Amino acid sequence: MPLDASFVGRTWPAETYEVSLEKIREFATAVGADDPVHHDRDAARAAGHPDVVAPTTFPVVFTWPATKRVVDDPALGLDFSRVIHRDQAVELHRPLHAGDVVTTVVAVDDVRELAGNDVVTFRCDVTDADGEAVLTTTATLVGRAGGDDA
Amino acid sequence: MSVLADAAEGDALEPRTATITRADLVRYAGASGDLNPIHWNERVATEVGLPGVIAHGMFTMALAARYVADLAGDPTAVVAFSTRFTRPVVVPDDDTGATVELGGKVTGVADDGTRTVSVTATHDGKGVLGKAVATVRVG
Repeated sequence: MPLDASFVGRTWPAETYEVSLEKIREFATAVGADDPVHHDRDAARAAGHPDVVAPTTFPVVFTWPATKRVVDDPALGLDFSRVIHRDQAVELHRPLHAGDVVTTVVAVDDVRELAGNDVVTFRCDVTDADGEAVLTTTATLVGRAGGDDA
Repeated sequence: MSVLADAAEGDALEPRTATITRADLVRYAGASGDLNPIHWNERVATEVGLPGVIAHGMFTMALAARYVADLAGDPTAVVAFSTRFTRPVVVPDDDTGATVELGGKVTGVADDGTRTVSVTATHDGKGVLGKAVATVRVG
């Protein structure tokens, strides 16, 4: 079943996420990021940050669930059990730190068919409580052919 | 100063070997919230046609981003990272895990000192990240 191309350009209602010290510590530990600025508030402040700083790829903690909500929309037509994560990008406009309350808006940037596979690019624009841009992520997912139609 | 702050365009960065075990994947699954069973359940992974449990692409990306940040000498230096996940990293059910060889090359130096780094990650001699590019603020 071809994907619904009318999804291109659509956005979904914003989701809010509160970045916490403990979640940053947990994520940093999981990726082996042992620098004190990820774990110790005093060390982070000594380095000029208001609180512990998130590792570069931390935003996936909230951008992926926000994206998954769209992926799971039956109207889009992606079969998640056949989805492969093909590309990912993250661009930080400023460091993300504990205490940030961020809002994620998901948009579908592109929908296409490539060699029978469905290819969808999702963009997440993340802003802080003041409405300032914090970061942008893009993820391209491929729904492998051979599911329902095989 | 850091290795990267002193690096010029074309300079190769000192490679590093990263190891990924099943325990690492379970910990990352919990920390990231990505509980897809192909990253921890052999039965499910093979049922969907994979050779075995594979690492989260985002985990490999995180290791690559940290590698560059370490070379920059600043955990907040990597302000952008983009990549394609070209091949899965199959992580065996043993105490050794899978190894990923990380490397990089400086491909650009902007007027403000920002470095663009092309990052390589290979597993079993084959690339697992493609077109991986880090933007690094140094100085």
